[in-house]
Amino acid sequence: MDILNALALFANFVLVPATAYGAQLALGALGVTLIFGILRFANFAHGELMSFGTMATILVTWLLQGQGVSIDPLPTALLALPVGILVAIAMALVTDRYVFRFYRRKRSNPIIFAIVSVGVMFVYAGLVRIIIGPADQNFADGERFIITAFDFEKMTGLSEGIAIKQTQVITVVVAFVVMGVLFWFLQKTRSGKAMRAYSDNEDLALLSGIDPDRVVMIAWIITAVLATVAGTLFGLDKSYRPFIFLQILLPIFAATILGGIGQPVGAILGGFVVAYSEVMLTYPYRKFLAYLGPHDWAPHGLVQLLSTNYKYAVSFIILVVVLLVRPTGIIRGKVIE
Amino acid sequence: MKFLSALDMTGGYGGADIIEHCDITVEKGEIAVVVGPNGAGKSTAMKAVFGMLQLREGSVVLDGRDITHMPPQDRVHIGMAFVPQNHNVFVSLTVEENLEMGAFIRDDDINDTMEQVYHLFPVLKEKRNQPAGELSGGQRQQVAVGRALMTKPKLLMLDEPTAGVSPIVMDDLFDRILEIARTGIAILMVEQNARQALEIANHGFVLVQGQNRFTDTGKALLANPEVRRSFLGG
Repeated sequence: MDILNALALFANFVLVPATAYGAQLALGALGVTLIFGILRFANFAHGELMSFGTMATILVTWLLQGQGVSIDPLPTALLALPVGILVAIAMALVTDRYVFRFYRRKRSNPIIFAIVSVGVMFVYAGLVRIIIGPADQNFADGERFIITAFDFEKMTGLSEGIAIKQTQVITVVVAFVVMGVLFWFLQKTRSGKAMRAYSDNEDLALLSGIDPDRVVMIAWIITAVLATVAGTLFGLDKSYRPFIFLQILLPIFAATILGGIGQPVGAILGGFVVAYSEVMLTYPYRKFLAYLGPHDWAPHGLVQLLSTNYKYAVSFIILVVVLLVRPTGIIRGKVIE
Repeated sequence: MKFLSALDMTGGYGGADIIEHCDITVEKGEIAVVVGPNGAGKSTAMKAVFGMLQLREGSVVLDGRDITHMPPQDRVHIGMAFVPQNHNVFVSLTVEENLEMGAFIRDDDINDTMEQVYHLFPVLKEKRNQPAGELSGGQRQQVAVGRALMTKPKLLMLDEPTAGVSPIVMDDLFDRILEIARTGIAILMVEQNARQALEIANHGFVLVQGQNRFTDTGKALLANPEVRRSFLGG
């Protein structure tokens, strides 16, 4: 029995990476839930908006790197992020002005909005592939580790180390700062309260003199910020691959629905639940169990519940189970009709 | 010309006209009540006054200004406030946030108005930090009226404010509405509880099939044997 080493191993391969991934999913799910709350449709273009904003951030990062600008040991991408966010905001607002507004004026059914957003998704995806190409892009620079596995082993004398990448810490810190600002905005400012009021009861919001165009505009701005931050953090943590942003829609939607659609706190909870489930179900527990079992013993197989190739199946199962068992989500949200 | 003069209103939701040549007027500081059987077009007449219904004929004049073609949102800015019958509070917002949202169009200090609302409905002050969705039916109606008062309206329109509340709460609510009228606000109200509503009303409009059948002071309508027999149950 070697509980400490088992925990260190678990933390290194499950807790730390899943926390970073959960923060990325939570940011993505917040954007989806916000658009659902305000515009009342499932925005399938959200993944590609993340991709688009991240692409803009990467292009600016390269420009800065070419100019020799650096904020070492932090990644240059953090410096480029505000520009990427502005580009994503512009894109979201232009899309709303020329696409979604048309259907809003017609008071189209939410399902039509959802299908329209699929179209927007393909346009964004095409633009990204034309501008930056379909290949992997690595744009992370700066210090790679805050604590390496080796340092950790030396510090603690354990044979398993916990490595903490700088990008993971940045991910979690930035995500929580962004969430904090978002909640402050929604709870304390007049515009934020107006957004909650509009999400709660559109007709009464109109009767109170709340301008729907303004609310919709703020919703897109916040969504674009969340999307770009989420995409950039994801890209820093792993790497930027355009095709991943179609796949990541599934865990993001699972997180949104699990948390309760239109519920920001739910989206964050959902993001972490999905991330932990995904990582925990696809992690091979062989070595972990070996530490917990008798000396010189180890299970024969990998003790991996699911191959990592099936990680998206976890989100899918969560999605289906939630829809069957508790369609309102953890925190009672809206039900898609 | 009264403060609000909605005259000769004719219109409906696209198809047939629901209200025909319907007149509704109210003076500042007075209470006007629209009563009538189910399906008489009472709520429709209210919506027409607030611009939520396209009028084919007729006009709506507020304080000497023709607002027949003004969209509902803009009417909020010129001093009209409307409390719908259903879904009239933001259920996920606290009582205080509901009141703040009521005052959304105002840029000045709203604390005095909020204190007035709390003075009028003391129970709301106790529950100021509770989500409106957790309140009882009567308390919710108080929030709904309070929210509308936050704009400092000149005309307050209430669509069946006592629907679904107990008789005691109803009496209490009517008392508060009287109190509001005393501050000089014109009140236009649609009511199912016709007898009680006419008792506090300065003027009553009895609608039948979208048309004015009787128009008189509240007292006179209550005393009118035909009105009593047909609409007040004897």
